[in-house]
Amino acid sequence: MRRGSTFNVTGEWQLSLPLALFFALFFLGPLGLLMIVSFYAEPHMQTWGTASQYVQALADPINLDVLWDTLVLGLKATLICLVFGFPLAWMIAHARPRWQGVLVFLVILPILTSVVVRTFAWVVMLARRGIINESLMTLGVIDSPLRLLFDETGVLIVLAQVQMPLMVLPLLTTLQRIDPNLADASAVLGAGRWRTLWKVILPLSVPGMVAGCILVYAACVTAFVTQTLIGGARNIYMPLFIFQESMDLQNWPFAAALSVVFMISVLLVVALLVSLGRASRAQAA
Amino acid sequence: MNWRFELDRWSFRIVFAAIAAVGMFFLVFPTIVVLITSLTASEFLQFPPKEYSLRWYWELKDAVQIRDAATNSFVVAFATTVGAIVLGVSGALAIARSNARWAKGLDMAFMSPLLLPQLAYGFAALMMFSLAGARLSIWLLIIGHIAVCVPFVIRTTIAALAQLSNSLLESSYSLGAGKLYTFRRVTYPLIRPGIMAGAFLAFMSSFDNVPVSLFLTDPQIEVLPIHLWQIINNELDARAASAAGVLIILTVVLLVIMERLSGVTRYMR
Repeated sequence: MRRGSTFNVTGEWQLSLPLALFFALFFLGPLGLLMIVSFYAEPHMQTWGTASQYVQALADPINLDVLWDTLVLGLKATLICLVFGFPLAWMIAHARPRWQGVLVFLVILPILTSVVVRTFAWVVMLARRGIINESLMTLGVIDSPLRLLFDETGVLIVLAQVQMPLMVLPLLTTLQRIDPNLADASAVLGAGRWRTLWKVILPLSVPGMVAGCILVYAACVTAFVTQTLIGGARNIYMPLFIFQESMDLQNWPFAAALSVVFMISVLLVVALLVSLGRASRAQAA
Repeated sequence: MNWRFELDRWSFRIVFAAIAAVGMFFLVFPTIVVLITSLTASEFLQFPPKEYSLRWYWELKDAVQIRDAATNSFVVAFATTVGAIVLGVSGALAIARSNARWAKGLDMAFMSPLLLPQLAYGFAALMMFSLAGARLSIWLLIIGHIAVCVPFVIRTTIAALAQLSNSLLESSYSLGAGKLYTFRRVTYPLIRPGIMAGAFLAFMSSFDNVPVSLFLTDPQIEVLPIHLWQIINNELDARAASAAGVLIILTVVLLVIMERLSGVTRYMR
């Protein structure tokens, strides 16, 4: 047995060479270059070695607003996904096996459907004379149509809807792994459903929540299509900002500095989510 | 029992069922809206349409730009999938069979394209290619797509390899089979569903990619999602709806086929 497994281990690491080479050349390479370019002082890249682009990116309150709005947008959308995604995943996990397959299929289908298509549905629905305004007016909730398109609320709703499956799927996996006897034991010991949820189910599903939150967050902050189609030209988030600076204004060093700042802040939020998950798990244990 | 027990039970059920129902409704409803909207008979898009017809689906046959963009997207997604399978499966074989620390590190590193903002990567790739003096072409686009799509193949293949019993390989080796033969006759047939699931995900995610394509395409090589994005952003042509309808139907059909062939939904959790 032992001899066999050592035999397997040796001499197969070479198989990772093509991938490692490709990865170094075409993924790490560009990202390294991004760092280098961000230290040029001017758009036509003459003097290297100043942090002036970073100073410009971080000193201007308008730029900071865009960054802040993007990071907060992602957090809000992630929270909405968690609030709706958890009960949904719970219901799927406790559905009858036949239904479970259908429900999982319905959750997965949207991820595979083009983001442009899904966002497009909302452009139609959120329009001034779209179904949402029309039905609210028929019900008498509002007198005149609300401006839902080109507004942050709209972006938030659509982002949450578009990225929801990324929350539901990891949660579902975690919930299905929880031993059903634990909930029974909790009930036998006199805890109600809500108490069992708070004391048993929620702490045990932290890994799934963290995984889901990270995936949803990373997807939301960089969701160029949804942000631009629903947010319009007035609600600018980092992806569009970087795109404008790099492609429309051809200011590569500044766009590179923005990209680096954006990447680092996204990674910081992800690290924060991971450590929050660790802390709450340690507390539960 | 007593009323508090009943209250607890029913409030839990009602609240969870209500939120889950709203969540489910929101997940499915937009797709239905697109399908119904695309059946409109009028020039502009509304839901629900006043009159129904297949007119805009018929008009797609003359929409040369949409068709060209779709062809490009299909070619790019196909080539990306092939590249991702070759690189991803070989990489996954090396990573999954090793417990070494470098393997864990590589595993993490190869997953990073899923977490980092893809838009920043797209911009970085554009800078590298143009500073290297290369002109944008479909090949550079494919390279960019492989970089962000290969994690799907790595992940599903590693998941499939994790379920592969070592003793099967040992039996094969001890019966005198070589490494290549063992891979062909033992390992590959057993991990094929995982590879197919990863390939499917890579294909769909390349076909739908915007953040990388945004930088690595030009008016000569347009891809479908960006073309549709422009249509919706600018004039809101009703053909965007019928093109979206076609995409939805194709996605459903492909997903059903892949589920039958490889149980793809198991690998998506």
